[in-house]
Amino acid sequence: MTKSDFHDRVSEALQDDFLRGAVKRATNRLRTGRVNQLKTLVDFQEWRERAQAIRSHTILHLDQYLETFTNKVEENGGNVHWALTAEEAVAHIHRICKDKSAKSVVKSKSMVSEELHLNHHLEKDDIEVVETDLGEYIIQLANQTPSHIIVPAIHHTRESVSDLFSEVAGERLPAETPALTAFARKVLRQKFLDAEVGITGCNFAIAETGSVVLFTNEGNGRMVNSLPDTQIVIMGMERILPSFIELDTMLNLLPRSATGQKITTYVSVLNGPRKQNEADGAKELHVVIVDNGRSRILGSKYQEVLNCIRCGSCLNVCPVYRQIGGHAYGWVYPGPIGAVITPLLDGLEKWGELPYASSLCAACWDACPVKIPLHEKLLELRKDKVKYSGNAAEKMAFGMYARAFSSQTQYALLKKVGRKAQIPWVRDGKIRGGLPAPISEWTKTRDFPALAKKSFHERWRELKRGDN
Amino acid sequence: MSKKVSLFATCVADMFFPQAAESAYRLLRRQGLRVDFPKDQICCGQPSFNSGYVDESAKVAKELLYAFEDTDYVISPSGSCTAMVRDNYPILFKNDPKHLAMAKDFASRLYEFSEFFVKVLGVKNVGAKYKAKVTYHHSCHMSRLLRVKDAPIDLITNIEGIEYIELPENQDCCGFGGTFSVKMADISNAMLNEKIENVMSTGADILVGSDLSCLMNISGGLSRKGYKIETMHVAELLDRGLRG
Repeated sequence: MTKSDFHDRVSEALQDDFLRGAVKRATNRLRTGRVNQLKTLVDFQEWRERAQAIRSHTILHLDQYLETFTNKVEENGGNVHWALTAEEAVAHIHRICKDKSAKSVVKSKSMVSEELHLNHHLEKDDIEVVETDLGEYIIQLANQTPSHIIVPAIHHTRESVSDLFSEVAGERLPAETPALTAFARKVLRQKFLDAEVGITGCNFAIAETGSVVLFTNEGNGRMVNSLPDTQIVIMGMERILPSFIELDTMLNLLPRSATGQKITTYVSVLNGPRKQNEADGAKELHVVIVDNGRSRILGSKYQEVLNCIRCGSCLNVCPVYRQIGGHAYGWVYPGPIGAVITPLLDGLEKWGELPYASSLCAACWDACPVKIPLHEKLLELRKDKVKYSGNAAEKMAFGMYARAFSSQTQYALLKKVGRKAQIPWVRDGKIRGGLPAPISEWTKTRDFPALAKKSFHERWRELKRGDN
Repeated sequence: MSKKVSLFATCVADMFFPQAAESAYRLLRRQGLRVDFPKDQICCGQPSFNSGYVDESAKVAKELLYAFEDTDYVISPSGSCTAMVRDNYPILFKNDPKHLAMAKDFASRLYEFSEFFVKVLGVKNVGAKYKAKVTYHHSCHMSRLLRVKDAPIDLITNIEGIEYIELPENQDCCGFGGTFSVKMADISNAMLNEKIENVMSTGADILVGSDLSCLMNISGGLSRKGYKIETMHVAELLDRGLRG
């Protein structure tokens, strides 16, 4: 079996005790917080069902809501740019920055911008891009990508952050949270004041009013969208809600599911650029709506995954994510949601292993506040993978399984032959190695049970006789 | 109850752990039920289904549908095989109306072992006595897909003499996941190691479960590490407590 890039990344992650310790501690904190906080909702299941209905309805009528949203943004004095691909999105943003002769850009967290490799493209053109979310700032200094949807630096500890910040400071900073945040605040404050352009993501766009809503905890989002003269919002085309009424449900579910908070520290609403009689805010507002593969999911059997509100709770409860962290998944979105949407957005040919990076334990589905059956979508992807690029040896093995396990005669024969064949390897009823692949993968670390001397089928007659 | 109760042993129990199916049989008999074992049964088709091989699964699943066509209740000592029938047969046979109807009918008669005792028979105490420190592994298919979480614990804690210790992090998968355990062997093993640490931290003499495949995985790891802790199906523990 040749090892793939995915397996290489997994091996690397599994050998990194530091990473695994950090991820385990952080996910434990997040998932416990979630469970405790959900108790404050009278009936979580009812909330989930409402949230699922809202998201499914919105995605079903996505074209209509996007049109309303676009018209409203323009009415409010903003500009809307459509991007079918990542390249088109980058081109729009690049052009806006060029028009403003921007030298410096401040950003507040946007996962979509990671899809676009935006920082890289802007930096190539000598535009400084500064991530202002503390976690994003940390990984920018570490020259890494986010490893979690909402806690991008989940794989770091105070000590590793202290190392990174000390290098920027030119002096040794203590590995204490207040000192480290104070340092980041000092550095970033000047960046906010200097930047010509501010770029943010978008938690939700409200169709009825043309508003953009941001959930943040650090206040940096508000600086980014109020201090620079030009404001760019990057949103995935699915991040829309009909009105503020539906936002109420999301506002109750997203922070609880994500970080175990009742509500985030800041909920900012942007209603277009600064009006003539207003004292502050950006003078120009641009909303870049990114497709980048999403419209291919619309109308397919995977449509439900567009309901995702990017809370990250599926990551926190996933036992696979817990062991390997986010980078092993290889692209922007890790964990169960990543294992589903990465192949959908960027191709199953390239990402065919991700749907198998799950034991199908369904913890993700159980945690999802909008009830996406991620375990079922993983199965669908496996079916598609088998259909389009099946592995010949595996196909043959399952063909043999199907024949032997659908005929009593063949099944009985298989057990009989197996019992004889296993003899050289059995010690105390267990097999410790020596079997061919793929069972050898099992016996590397675990004993395999020997076939019972008499199967239940064979025992049945005696059992029955004993009863009568 | 004069209805006809049939045992679905599952292929894993049949081949590797026949004693678990035997215990389940004895416990059902003790409730005064007439229990039979339709001999045409083999496997629910889960291994291939979870790997994306639909046609192969349908072939295996059909045999099971016909094997249990003529019974009132079907009892299985496996949460995951029960969940396979309830949740996945409708997907498997969605373009095959005849077998879809059979599958729906089968699902309405099929119960996991503890679920049947507590929900259908209303029995939480089988009258067993056994002195041991016990912990329990909640298999994912049992607790999340079938939503059967309390029933096995009720049956265990009602055994006279049992000291029950809750398994820490009991919501986490043991890392089995069918072919996941060999396809993603390293991740699977990392998950198993965490599970084993948690099991050993309880100081229990016996690890009980409701899914023999998960137990095969956990016991395989425990025995490789040389840990002396027994693993068994709920039915086996109850049976042991009745046989003295």
